[in-house]
Amino acid sequence: MFSKDIQTQVDKLLSRYPIRQNALIPILHLAQNENEGWLTEEWMQHVADICEVPLTHVEGVVTFYTMFRIKPPGKYHLQVCTCVPCCLVGGTELLEHTEKKLAIHAGHTTTDGTFSIEEMECIGACSNAPAVIVNEDYHEQVTPEDMDKMIDELRQ
Amino acid sequence: MLEETLVLFKNIRNPEYDKSLAGYKKSGGFKSLKKVFGMKPEDVVQEVKESGIRGRGGAGFPTGLKWSFMAKDTGKPSYLVANADESEPGTCKDRELMLKDPHLFLEGLMIGSYAIGCHHAYVYVRGEYFPSIKTLNSAVDELYADGLLGPNPLGSGFQLDITIHTGAGAYICGEESALLDSLEGKRGHPRVKPPFPAVSGFNACPTSVNNVETLACMPFILSDGGAEAFKSFGPQNNSGTHLVSLSGHVNRPGVYELRMDVNMKDIIYDIGGGIRNGKKLKGVIPGGSSSPVMTADEVDVLYNFDDLAKKGTMMGSAAMMVFDEDTDVVKLLHRITRFYAHESCGQCTPCREGTHWSRQIVRDFLSGNGSDEKLKLLNRVGGNMMGTTLCALGDAAAMPIQSFVKKFPDEFRKYYAIA
Repeated sequence: MFSKDIQTQVDKLLSRYPIRQNALIPILHLAQNENEGWLTEEWMQHVADICEVPLTHVEGVVTFYTMFRIKPPGKYHLQVCTCVPCCLVGGTELLEHTEKKLAIHAGHTTTDGTFSIEEMECIGACSNAPAVIVNEDYHEQVTPEDMDKMIDELRQ
Repeated sequence: MLEETLVLFKNIRNPEYDKSLAGYKKSGGFKSLKKVFGMKPEDVVQEVKESGIRGRGGAGFPTGLKWSFMAKDTGKPSYLVANADESEPGTCKDRELMLKDPHLFLEGLMIGSYAIGCHHAYVYVRGEYFPSIKTLNSAVDELYADGLLGPNPLGSGFQLDITIHTGAGAYICGEESALLDSLEGKRGHPRVKPPFPAVSGFNACPTSVNNVETLACMPFILSDGGAEAFKSFGPQNNSGTHLVSLSGHVNRPGVYELRMDVNMKDIIYDIGGGIRNGKKLKGVIPGGSSSPVMTADEVDVLYNFDDLAKKGTMMGSAAMMVFDEDTDVVKLLHRITRFYAHESCGQCTPCREGTHWSRQIVRDFLSGNGSDEKLKLLNRVGGNMMGTTLCALGDAAAMPIQSFVKKFPDEFRKYYAIA
Protein backbone atom coordinates (compact mmCIF):
# COMPACT_ATOMS: atom_id res chain seq x y z
CA MET A 1 0.00 0.00 0.00
CA PHE A 2 2.89 2.39 0.64
CA SER A 3 4.48 4.03 -2.38
CA LYS A 4 8.04 2.91 -3.07
CA ASP A 5 9.71 5.95 -1.48
CA ILE A 6 7.65 5.73 1.66
CA GLN A 7 8.16 1.95 1.90
CA THR A 8 11.89 2.70 2.07
CA GLN A 9 11.20 5.01 5.01
CA VAL A 10 9.08 2.31 6.67
CA ASP A 11 11.90 -0.23 6.30
CA LYS A 12 14.40 2.26 7.68
CA LEU A 13 12.16 2.90 10.69
CA LEU A 14 11.78 -0.82 11.36
CA SER A 15 15.57 -1.18 11.40
CA ARG A 16 15.86 1.46 14.17
CA TYR A 17 13.95 -0.43 16.87
CA PRO A 18 14.55 -3.76 18.64
CA ILE A 19 10.91 -4.85 18.15
CA ARG A 20 8.65 -4.18 15.14
CA GLN A 21 5.82 -2.91 17.38
CA ASN A 22 8.10 -0.09 18.61
CA ALA A 23 7.89 1.54 15.18
CA LEU A 24 4.08 1.58 15.20
CA ILE A 25 3.45 5.27 15.89
CA PRO A 26 6.01 6.63 13.40
CA ILE A 27 4.69 4.24 10.72
CA LEU A 28 1.11 5.31 11.43
CA HIS A 29 2.21 8.89 10.75
CA LEU A 30 3.57 7.81 7.36
CA ALA A 31 0.36 5.91 6.60
CA GLN A 32 -1.76 8.92 7.54
CA ASN A 33 0.30 11.18 5.28
CA GLU A 34 -0.06 8.70 2.42
CA ASN A 35 -3.84 8.71 2.81
CA GLU A 36 -4.40 12.48 2.75
CA GLY A 37 -4.34 12.98 6.49
CA TRP A 38 -6.50 10.22 7.89
CA LEU A 39 -6.52 6.48 8.59
CA THR A 40 -8.95 3.93 7.20
CA GLU A 41 -9.42 0.44 8.59
CA GLU A 42 -7.59 -0.90 5.55
CA TRP A 43 -4.55 1.24 6.35
CA MET A 44 -4.68 0.30 10.01
CA GLN A 45 -4.76 -3.38 9.06
CA HIS A 46 -1.79 -2.85 6.75
CA VAL A 47 0.23 -1.17 9.52
CA ALA A 48 -0.85 -3.88 11.97
CA ASP A 49 0.55 -6.52 9.59
CA ILE A 50 3.82 -4.61 9.20
CA CYS A 51 4.26 -4.21 12.96
CA GLU A 52 3.00 -7.73 13.73
CA VAL A 53 0.29 -6.60 16.15
CA PRO A 54 -3.50 -7.20 16.08
CA LEU A 55 -5.75 -4.65 14.37
CA THR A 56 -7.45 -3.95 17.71
CA HIS A 57 -4.11 -2.83 19.14
CA VAL A 58 -3.64 -0.38 16.28
CA GLU A 59 -7.19 0.92 16.71
CA GLY A 60 -6.52 1.42 20.41
CA VAL A 61 -3.42 3.44 19.64
CA VAL A 62 -5.06 5.48 16.87
CA THR A 63 -8.00 6.50 19.05
CA PHE A 64 -5.75 7.37 22.01
CA TYR A 65 -3.59 9.97 20.26
CA THR A 66 -5.15 13.22 19.07
CA MET A 67 -2.97 13.50 15.96
CA PHE A 68 -4.39 10.36 14.35
CA ARG A 69 -7.67 10.93 12.52
CA ILE A 70 -10.31 8.47 11.39
CA LYS A 71 -12.14 10.95 9.17
CA PRO A 72 -10.67 13.17 6.47
CA PRO A 73 -9.42 16.63 7.48
CA GLY A 74 -9.56 19.64 5.17
CA LYS A 75 -6.80 20.29 2.68
CA TYR A 76 -5.67 22.97 5.12
CA HIS A 77 -5.95 21.85 8.71
CA LEU A 78 -6.02 24.91 10.99
CA GLN A 79 -4.88 23.98 14.48
CA VAL A 80 -5.68 26.91 16.75
CA CYS A 81 -4.21 26.88 20.25
CA THR A 82 -6.45 28.17 23.05
CA CYS A 83 -4.52 26.72 25.96
CA VAL A 84 -3.47 28.79 29.00
CA PRO A 85 -0.87 31.24 27.56
CA CYS A 86 -2.75 31.56 24.26
CA CYS A 87 -6.13 32.15 25.95
CA LEU A 88 -4.56 34.94 28.02
CA VAL A 89 -3.71 36.88 24.86
CA GLY A 90 -6.61 36.24 22.51
CA GLY A 91 -6.40 32.58 21.44
CA THR A 92 -10.03 31.88 22.33
CA GLU A 93 -11.21 34.92 20.37
CA LEU A 94 -9.01 33.86 17.46
CA LEU A 95 -10.67 30.44 17.41
CA GLU A 96 -14.15 31.99 17.52
CA HIS A 97 -13.18 34.34 14.72
CA THR A 98 -11.91 31.45 12.60
CA GLU A 99 -15.08 29.45 13.23
CA LYS A 100 -17.23 32.42 12.17
CA LYS A 101 -15.15 33.13 9.11
CA LEU A 102 -15.37 29.54 7.85
CA ALA A 103 -18.88 28.97 9.25
CA ILE A 104 -17.88 25.68 10.89
CA HIS A 105 -17.11 24.67 14.46
CA ALA A 106 -13.80 23.26 15.62
CA GLY A 107 -13.67 19.55 14.83
CA HIS A 108 -15.37 20.05 11.46
CA THR A 109 -14.45 20.48 7.81
CA THR A 110 -15.89 22.95 5.29
CA THR A 111 -18.24 21.31 2.78
CA ASP A 112 -15.80 21.90 -0.08
CA GLY A 113 -13.14 20.04 1.92
CA THR A 114 -10.70 22.97 1.87
CA PHE A 115 -10.47 23.84 5.56
CA SER A 116 -10.84 22.07 8.86
CA ILE A 117 -10.39 23.55 12.32
CA GLU A 118 -9.06 21.87 15.42
CA GLU A 119 -8.89 23.45 18.88
CA MET A 120 -5.46 22.62 20.27
CA GLU A 121 -4.06 22.09 23.73
CA CYS A 122 -0.69 23.78 24.32
CA ILE A 123 1.45 23.64 21.17
CA GLY A 124 4.56 25.08 22.81
CA ALA A 125 4.70 28.51 21.24
CA CYS A 126 3.71 30.20 24.50
CA SER A 127 5.99 33.20 24.39
CA ASN A 128 4.72 34.06 20.90
CA ALA A 129 1.05 33.45 21.62
CA PRO A 130 -1.52 33.13 20.19
CA ALA A 131 -0.26 30.46 17.82
CA VAL A 132 -1.71 28.36 15.02
CA ILE A 133 -0.33 25.37 13.13
CA VAL A 134 -1.47 25.15 9.51
CA ASN A 135 -0.82 21.58 8.37
CA GLU A 136 2.82 21.43 9.56
CA ASP A 137 3.78 25.11 9.76
CA TYR A 138 3.75 27.26 12.87
CA HIS A 139 2.32 30.78 12.72
CA GLU A 140 2.87 32.89 15.82
CA GLN A 141 1.36 36.05 17.33
CA VAL A 142 -1.58 35.63 14.98
CA THR A 143 -4.28 38.33 14.97
CA PRO A 144 -7.80 37.82 13.55
CA GLU A 145 -6.72 39.99 10.60
CA ASP A 146 -3.72 37.71 9.98
CA MET A 147 -6.05 34.73 10.04
CA ASP A 148 -8.41 36.36 7.49
CA LYS A 149 -5.48 37.10 5.22
CA MET A 150 -4.10 33.59 5.54
CA ILE A 151 -7.44 31.94 4.80
CA ASP A 152 -8.06 34.20 1.80
CA GLU A 153 -4.62 33.41 0.40
CA LEU A 154 -5.00 29.67 0.90
CA ARG A 155 -8.37 29.73 -0.79
CA GLN A 156 -6.89 31.01 -4.03
CA MET B 1 18.20 45.57 32.34
CA LEU B 2 19.08 42.37 34.14
CA GLU B 3 21.39 40.35 31.95
CA GLU B 4 20.98 36.75 30.90
CA THR B 5 23.72 34.29 31.89
CA LEU B 6 24.57 32.44 28.70
CA VAL B 7 25.47 28.78 28.90
CA LEU B 8 22.73 27.05 26.90
CA PHE B 9 21.93 30.09 24.76
CA LYS B 10 25.57 31.08 24.16
CA ASN B 11 25.26 30.20 20.47
CA ILE B 12 21.60 31.05 20.05
CA ARG B 13 22.12 34.62 21.25
CA ASN B 14 24.92 35.10 18.70
CA PRO B 15 23.23 36.52 15.59
CA GLU B 16 26.05 35.18 13.40
CA TYR B 17 25.68 31.62 14.67
CA ASP B 18 25.36 28.86 12.09
CA LYS B 19 23.52 25.91 13.65
CA SER B 20 24.95 23.32 11.24
CA LEU B 21 27.48 20.76 12.48
CA ALA B 22 30.34 22.84 11.03
CA GLY B 23 29.04 25.93 12.83
CA TYR B 24 28.63 24.09 16.10
CA LYS B 25 32.14 22.66 15.89
CA LYS B 26 33.52 26.12 15.15
CA SER B 27 31.93 27.41 18.36
CA GLY B 28 33.83 24.76 20.35
CA GLY B 29 31.31 21.95 20.01
CA PHE B 30 32.19 18.31 20.77
CA LYS B 31 35.22 19.23 22.90
CA SER B 32 33.38 17.96 25.98
CA LEU B 33 32.41 14.72 24.25
CA LYS B 34 36.05 14.15 23.29
CA LYS B 35 37.08 14.70 26.90
CA VAL B 36 34.30 12.40 28.16
CA PHE B 37 35.43 9.56 25.88
CA GLY B 38 38.73 9.64 27.77
CA MET B 39 37.01 9.30 31.16
CA LYS B 40 35.47 6.31 32.91
CA PRO B 41 31.65 6.36 32.66
CA GLU B 42 31.29 6.35 36.45
CA ASP B 43 33.51 9.43 36.66
CA VAL B 44 31.20 11.20 34.20
CA VAL B 45 28.22 10.39 36.42
CA GLN B 46 30.21 11.65 39.42
CA GLU B 47 30.91 14.99 37.67
CA VAL B 48 27.22 15.37 36.89
CA LYS B 49 26.41 14.64 40.53
CA GLU B 50 28.92 17.26 41.64
CA SER B 51 27.41 19.91 39.36
CA GLY B 52 24.22 19.51 41.39
CA ILE B 53 22.03 19.68 38.28
CA ARG B 54 18.38 18.83 38.84
CA GLY B 55 16.14 17.70 36.00
CA ARG B 56 14.60 20.52 33.99
CA GLY B 57 11.44 18.69 32.93
CA GLY B 58 9.44 19.62 35.99
CA ALA B 59 10.19 17.26 38.86
CA GLY B 60 13.68 18.59 39.61
CA PHE B 61 15.16 15.18 40.41
CA PRO B 62 19.01 15.18 40.59
CA THR B 63 20.25 13.90 37.22
CA GLY B 64 23.49 12.35 38.46
CA LEU B 65 21.58 10.35 41.05
CA LYS B 66 19.08 9.19 38.40
CA TRP B 67 21.94 7.91 36.25
CA SER B 68 23.56 6.15 39.19
CA PHE B 69 20.35 4.12 39.69
CA MET B 70 20.75 2.41 36.30
CA ALA B 71 20.76 -1.36 36.80
CA LYS B 72 24.15 -2.84 35.87
CA ASP B 73 25.23 -6.23 34.50
CA THR B 74 21.69 -7.24 33.60
CA GLY B 75 22.71 -8.78 30.29
CA LYS B 76 20.25 -6.39 28.61
CA PRO B 77 21.00 -3.22 26.69
CA SER B 78 20.67 0.11 28.51
CA TYR B 79 18.82 3.03 26.97
CA LEU B 80 18.85 6.77 27.25
CA VAL B 81 15.65 8.45 26.09
CA ALA B 82 15.45 12.21 25.71
CA ASN B 83 12.07 13.55 26.74
CA ALA B 84 11.19 16.12 24.09
CA ASP B 85 7.45 15.76 24.61
CA GLU B 86 7.27 19.35 25.83
CA SER B 87 3.56 19.77 26.57
CA GLU B 88 3.12 21.44 29.95
CA PRO B 89 1.11 24.59 29.17
CA GLY B 90 3.42 27.59 29.18
CA THR B 91 6.59 25.64 28.41
CA CYS B 92 8.38 26.41 25.14
CA LYS B 93 12.09 26.17 25.98
CA ASP B 94 13.07 22.77 24.58
CA ARG B 95 11.65 23.82 21.24
CA GLU B 96 14.10 26.77 21.19
CA LEU B 97 17.03 24.45 21.89
CA MET B 98 16.03 21.85 19.29
CA LEU B 99 15.26 24.38 16.57
CA LYS B 100 18.13 26.78 17.07
CA ASP B 101 21.05 24.72 18.41
CA PRO B 102 20.26 21.02 17.84
CA HIS B 103 23.87 19.85 18.11
CA LEU B 104 24.28 21.23 21.64
CA PHE B 105 21.42 19.02 22.80
CA LEU B 106 22.65 16.04 20.75
CA GLU B 107 26.16 16.33 22.20
CA GLY B 108 24.56 16.26 25.65
CA LEU B 109 22.60 13.18 24.67
CA MET B 110 25.81 11.51 23.50
CA ILE B 111 27.59 12.38 26.76
CA GLY B 112 24.68 10.92 28.73
CA SER B 113 24.66 7.79 26.58
CA TYR B 114 28.36 7.18 27.28
CA ALA B 115 27.83 7.80 31.01
CA ILE B 116 25.14 5.11 31.34
CA GLY B 117 26.47 2.71 28.69
CA CYS B 118 23.70 3.25 26.15
CA HIS B 119 24.46 2.38 22.53
CA HIS B 120 21.16 3.47 21.01
CA ALA B 121 19.53 6.63 22.31
CA TYR B 122 16.03 7.78 21.36
CA VAL B 123 14.62 11.28 21.25
CA TYR B 124 10.87 11.24 21.88
CA VAL B 125 9.63 14.46 20.25
CA ARG B 126 6.00 15.49 20.49
CA GLY B 127 4.31 15.04 17.13
CA GLU B 128 3.17 18.66 16.77
CA TYR B 129 6.77 19.88 16.76
CA PHE B 130 7.12 19.36 12.99
CA PRO B 131 9.89 21.96 12.54
CA SER B 132 11.92 20.57 15.48
CA ILE B 133 11.59 17.02 14.14
CA LYS B 134 12.93 18.10 10.74
CA THR B 135 15.81 20.03 12.31
CA LEU B 136 16.78 17.12 14.56
CA ASN B 137 16.63 14.58 11.73
CA SER B 138 18.93 16.68 9.56
CA ALA B 139 21.29 17.19 12.50
CA VAL B 140 21.43 13.43 13.15
CA ASP B 141 22.11 12.82 9.43
CA GLU B 142 25.01 15.27 9.64
CA LEU B 143 26.42 13.40 12.64
CA TYR B 144 26.30 10.05 10.82
CA ALA B 145 27.89 11.55 7.71
CA ASP B 146 30.70 12.94 9.87
CA GLY B 147 31.24 9.67 11.76
CA LEU B 148 30.26 11.24 15.09
CA LEU B 149 27.50 8.66 15.26
CA GLY B 150 27.96 5.04 14.24
CA PRO B 151 30.60 2.48 15.17
CA ASN B 152 33.47 4.75 16.16
CA PRO B 153 32.66 8.36 17.14
CA LEU B 154 35.86 10.43 17.57
CA GLY B 155 37.92 7.24 17.46
CA SER B 156 36.46 6.12 20.82
CA GLY B 157 35.27 2.71 19.66
CA PHE B 158 32.00 3.49 21.51
CA GLN B 159 29.21 2.42 19.11
CA LEU B 160 26.39 4.97 19.30
CA ASP B 161 23.14 5.43 17.38
CA ILE B 162 20.45 8.06 17.80
CA THR B 163 16.88 7.79 16.52
CA ILE B 164 14.39 10.64 16.45
CA HIS B 165 10.98 9.22 17.42
CA THR B 166 7.74 11.09 16.76
CA GLY B 167 4.90 11.13 19.28
CA ALA B 168 1.29 11.72 18.25
CA GLY B 169 -0.32 14.24 20.57
CA ALA B 170 -0.81 13.22 24.20
CA TYR B 171 0.28 15.35 27.18
CA ILE B 172 0.49 12.25 29.34
CA CYS B 173 3.44 10.97 27.28
CA GLY B 174 5.62 13.56 29.00
CA GLU B 175 5.32 11.35 32.09
CA GLU B 176 8.35 9.11 31.78
CA SER B 177 6.71 5.70 32.08
CA ALA B 178 3.84 6.67 29.74
CA LEU B 179 6.49 7.95 27.34
CA LEU B 180 8.17 4.55 27.39
CA ASP B 181 4.90 2.74 26.69
CA SER B 182 4.32 5.13 23.81
CA LEU B 183 7.85 4.56 22.51
CA GLU B 184 7.14 0.83 22.57
CA GLY B 185 4.17 1.39 20.25
CA LYS B 186 1.33 1.40 22.77
CA ARG B 187 -1.20 3.82 24.23
CA GLY B 188 0.63 6.16 26.62
CA HIS B 189 -0.41 4.82 30.01
CA PRO B 190 1.74 5.53 33.08
CA ARG B 191 3.07 2.38 34.67
CA VAL B 192 2.91 1.11 38.21
CA LYS B 193 6.17 1.98 39.98
CA PRO B 194 8.30 0.26 41.13
CA PRO B 195 9.96 -1.04 39.07
CA PHE B 196 11.35 2.31 37.98
CA PRO B 197 12.65 2.77 34.43
CA ALA B 198 16.26 2.50 35.65
CA VAL B 199 15.47 -1.19 36.28
CA SER B 200 12.73 -1.88 33.74
CA GLY B 201 12.16 0.81 31.12
CA PHE B 202 12.08 0.66 27.33
CA ASN B 203 11.22 -2.92 26.31
CA ALA B 204 11.85 -3.89 29.97
CA CYS B 205 15.50 -2.84 29.76
CA PRO B 206 17.25 -0.36 32.11
CA THR B 207 16.41 3.12 30.85
CA SER B 208 16.98 6.70 31.86
CA VAL B 209 14.56 9.36 30.62
CA ASN B 210 15.95 12.91 30.71
CA ASN B 211 14.61 16.27 29.60
CA VAL B 212 16.13 18.00 26.55
CA GLU B 213 17.35 21.03 28.53
CA THR B 214 18.92 18.79 31.19
CA LEU B 215 20.91 16.98 28.50
CA ALA B 216 21.84 20.25 26.79
CA CYS B 217 23.61 21.31 30.03
CA MET B 218 26.01 18.33 29.78
CA PRO B 219 28.55 19.80 27.33
CA PHE B 220 29.07 22.71 29.75
CA ILE B 221 29.11 20.59 32.91
CA LEU B 222 31.69 18.20 31.43
CA SER B 223 33.93 20.98 30.11
CA ASP B 224 37.03 21.86 32.18
CA GLY B 225 35.88 23.31 35.51
CA GLY B 226 32.31 23.13 34.22
CA ALA B 227 30.72 21.35 37.17
CA GLU B 228 32.11 23.91 39.63
CA ALA B 229 31.08 26.85 37.47
CA PHE B 230 27.60 25.38 36.97
CA LYS B 231 27.16 25.16 40.72
CA SER B 232 28.10 28.81 41.15
CA PHE B 233 25.14 30.02 39.07
CA GLY B 234 22.59 29.63 41.85
CA PRO B 235 22.04 29.05 45.55
CA GLN B 236 22.94 25.71 47.11
CA ASN B 237 20.88 22.80 45.78
CA ASN B 238 19.63 24.98 42.88
CA SER B 239 22.54 24.76 40.47
CA GLY B 240 23.03 26.27 37.12
CA THR B 241 21.33 28.53 34.69
CA HIS B 242 17.94 27.51 33.41
CA LEU B 243 15.55 28.47 30.65
CA VAL B 244 12.52 30.43 31.75
CA SER B 245 9.52 30.49 29.38
CA LEU B 246 7.79 33.81 30.08
CA SER B 247 4.31 34.28 28.65
CA GLY B 248 1.02 36.07 29.27
CA HIS B 249 0.47 39.76 29.92
CA VAL B 250 4.06 41.02 29.95
CA ASN B 251 5.58 43.48 27.51
CA ARG B 252 8.43 41.19 26.50
CA PRO B 253 7.39 37.53 26.59
CA GLY B 254 10.16 35.14 25.59
CA VAL B 255 12.51 32.35 26.63
CA TYR B 256 15.31 33.67 28.83
CA GLU B 257 18.37 31.97 30.29
CA LEU B 258 18.74 33.01 33.91
CA ARG B 259 20.67 32.12 37.03
CA MET B 260 18.64 30.57 39.82
CA ASP B 261 19.19 33.47 42.21
CA VAL B 262 17.10 35.95 40.24
CA ASN B 263 14.03 37.45 41.89
CA MET B 264 10.72 36.63 40.26
CA LYS B 265 9.70 40.29 40.52
CA ASP B 266 12.67 41.21 38.36
CA ILE B 267 11.76 38.56 35.79
CA ILE B 268 8.33 40.14 35.43
CA TYR B 269 9.18 43.84 35.66
CA ASP B 270 12.74 44.01 34.35
CA ILE B 271 13.28 41.15 31.91
CA GLY B 272 9.62 40.95 30.94
CA GLY B 273 9.31 44.74 30.77
CA GLY B 274 6.37 44.84 33.20
CA ILE B 275 2.68 44.34 32.61
CA ARG B 276 1.45 45.45 29.21
CA ASN B 277 -0.84 48.45 28.70
CA GLY B 278 0.24 49.84 32.08
CA LYS B 279 -2.00 47.38 33.92
CA LYS B 280 -1.39 45.99 37.40
CA LEU B 281 -0.29 42.42 38.08
CA LYS B 282 -2.97 40.13 39.44
CA GLY B 283 -1.11 36.86 39.67
CA VAL B 284 1.36 34.39 38.21
CA ILE B 285 1.22 30.68 37.45
CA PRO B 286 4.88 30.12 38.22
CA GLY B 287 5.92 26.77 36.77
CA GLY B 288 3.59 25.35 34.15
CA SER B 289 -0.19 25.14 34.47
CA SER B 290 -0.04 22.50 37.18
CA SER B 291 1.85 24.64 39.70
CA PRO B 292 -0.17 26.40 42.43
CA VAL B 293 -1.01 29.97 41.44
CA MET B 294 0.59 32.97 43.21
CA THR B 295 -0.96 36.37 43.85
CA ALA B 296 0.72 39.69 43.05
CA ASP B 297 1.78 40.05 46.72
CA GLU B 298 3.75 36.82 46.65
CA VAL B 299 6.13 37.36 43.75
CA ASP B 300 9.03 38.86 45.74
CA VAL B 301 10.89 35.53 45.86
CA LEU B 302 13.93 33.94 44.24
CA TYR B 303 12.89 31.95 41.18
CA ASN B 304 14.26 28.48 41.88
CA PHE B 305 13.16 25.03 43.06
CA ASP B 306 13.57 25.48 46.81
CA ASP B 307 12.49 29.09 47.31
CA LEU B 308 9.26 28.49 45.41
CA ALA B 309 8.65 25.26 47.33
CA LYS B 310 8.95 27.28 50.57
CA LYS B 311 6.16 29.50 49.25
CA GLY B 312 3.93 26.47 48.76
CA THR B 313 4.26 26.32 45.02
CA MET B 314 6.79 24.92 42.53
CA MET B 315 9.11 25.93 39.72
CA GLY B 316 8.22 22.89 37.61
CA SER B 317 9.36 23.40 34.04
CA ALA B 318 10.06 27.12 34.68
CA ALA B 319 7.10 28.29 32.62
CA MET B 320 5.83 31.57 34.06
CA MET B 321 2.39 32.70 32.94
CA VAL B 322 1.68 36.24 34.06
CA PHE B 323 -1.82 37.69 34.20
CA ASP B 324 -3.07 41.23 34.78
CA GLU B 325 -5.82 42.80 36.88
CA ASP B 326 -8.45 42.44 34.13
CA THR B 327 -8.11 38.65 33.98
CA ASP B 328 -11.13 36.61 34.98
CA VAL B 329 -9.49 33.91 37.06
CA VAL B 330 -12.60 31.70 37.06
CA LYS B 331 -12.46 31.60 33.26
CA LEU B 332 -8.72 30.97 33.49
CA LEU B 333 -9.24 28.05 35.85
CA HIS B 334 -11.98 26.75 33.56
CA ARG B 335 -9.46 26.62 30.70
CA ILE B 336 -6.96 24.81 32.92
CA THR B 337 -9.54 22.24 34.05
CA ARG B 338 -10.54 21.67 30.42
CA PHE B 339 -6.92 20.90 29.64
CA TYR B 340 -6.61 18.21 32.31
CA ALA B 341 -10.00 16.70 31.49
CA HIS B 342 -8.83 16.37 27.88
CA GLU B 343 -5.42 14.96 28.76
CA SER B 344 -6.25 12.45 31.51
CA CYS B 345 -5.34 9.03 30.11
CA GLY B 346 -8.38 7.52 31.84
CA GLN B 347 -6.52 4.79 33.67
CA CYS B 348 -7.08 5.86 37.30
CA THR B 349 -10.61 6.64 38.47
CA PRO B 350 -9.86 9.68 40.67
CA CYS B 351 -8.20 11.50 37.76
CA ARG B 352 -10.51 10.33 34.97
CA GLU B 353 -13.62 11.33 36.95
CA GLY B 354 -12.13 14.19 38.97
CA THR B 355 -10.81 16.14 36.00
CA HIS B 356 -14.24 16.05 34.32
CA TRP B 357 -16.16 16.86 37.49
CA SER B 358 -13.94 19.80 38.31
CA ARG B 359 -14.34 21.20 34.80
CA GLN B 360 -18.09 20.87 35.13
CA ILE B 361 -18.23 22.57 38.52
CA VAL B 362 -16.13 25.53 37.32
CA ARG B 363 -18.48 25.79 34.34
CA ASP B 364 -21.41 25.95 36.77
CA PHE B 365 -19.92 29.12 38.25
CA LEU B 366 -19.56 30.65 34.78
CA SER B 367 -23.19 29.89 33.94
CA GLY B 368 -24.46 31.48 37.16
CA ASN B 369 -25.00 28.25 39.06
CA GLY B 370 -22.25 28.64 41.64
CA SER B 371 -22.74 28.47 45.40
CA ASP B 372 -20.76 28.20 48.63
CA GLU B 373 -21.46 24.48 48.59
CA LYS B 374 -20.08 24.11 45.07
CA LEU B 375 -16.94 26.01 45.99
CA LYS B 376 -16.35 23.54 48.80
CA LEU B 377 -17.18 20.65 46.50
CA LEU B 378 -14.69 21.90 43.91
CA ASN B 379 -11.98 22.01 46.52
CA ARG B 380 -12.89 18.52 47.69
CA VAL B 381 -12.85 17.05 44.17
CA GLY B 382 -9.33 18.51 43.85
CA GLY B 383 -8.31 16.99 47.17
CA ASN B 384 -9.57 13.57 46.11
CA MET B 385 -7.15 13.57 43.16
CA MET B 386 -4.09 14.49 45.23
CA GLY B 387 -1.77 11.52 45.61
CA THR B 388 -4.42 8.99 44.61
CA THR B 389 -3.26 8.21 41.07
CA LEU B 390 -0.45 6.22 39.42
CA CYS B 391 1.25 9.30 37.98
CA ALA B 392 1.41 12.99 38.83
CA LEU B 393 -1.36 14.08 36.44
CA GLY B 394 -3.90 13.80 39.25
CA ASP B 395 -1.81 16.11 41.44
CA ALA B 396 -1.17 18.39 38.48
CA ALA B 397 -4.91 18.80 37.95
CA ALA B 398 -5.62 19.26 41.66
CA MET B 399 -3.00 21.90 42.48
CA PRO B 400 -4.38 24.70 40.29
CA ILE B 401 -7.95 23.98 41.50
CA GLN B 402 -7.11 24.11 45.18
CA SER B 403 -4.82 27.13 44.86
CA PHE B 404 -7.27 29.17 42.75
CA VAL B 405 -10.05 28.51 45.25
CA LYS B 406 -7.78 29.41 48.16
CA LYS B 407 -6.16 32.51 46.66
CA PHE B 408 -9.11 34.01 44.77
CA PRO B 409 -12.30 32.94 46.63
CA ASP B 410 -13.98 36.31 46.04
CA GLU B 411 -13.69 35.93 42.29
CA PHE B 412 -15.77 32.78 42.47
CA ARG B 413 -18.26 34.45 44.83
CA LYS B 414 -18.67 37.35 42.44
CA TYR B 415 -20.28 34.96 40.02
CA TYR B 416 -23.05 33.83 42.32
CA ALA B 417 -23.41 36.90 44.56
CA ILE B 418 -24.81 38.79 41.55
CA ALA B 419 -27.03 35.92 40.48
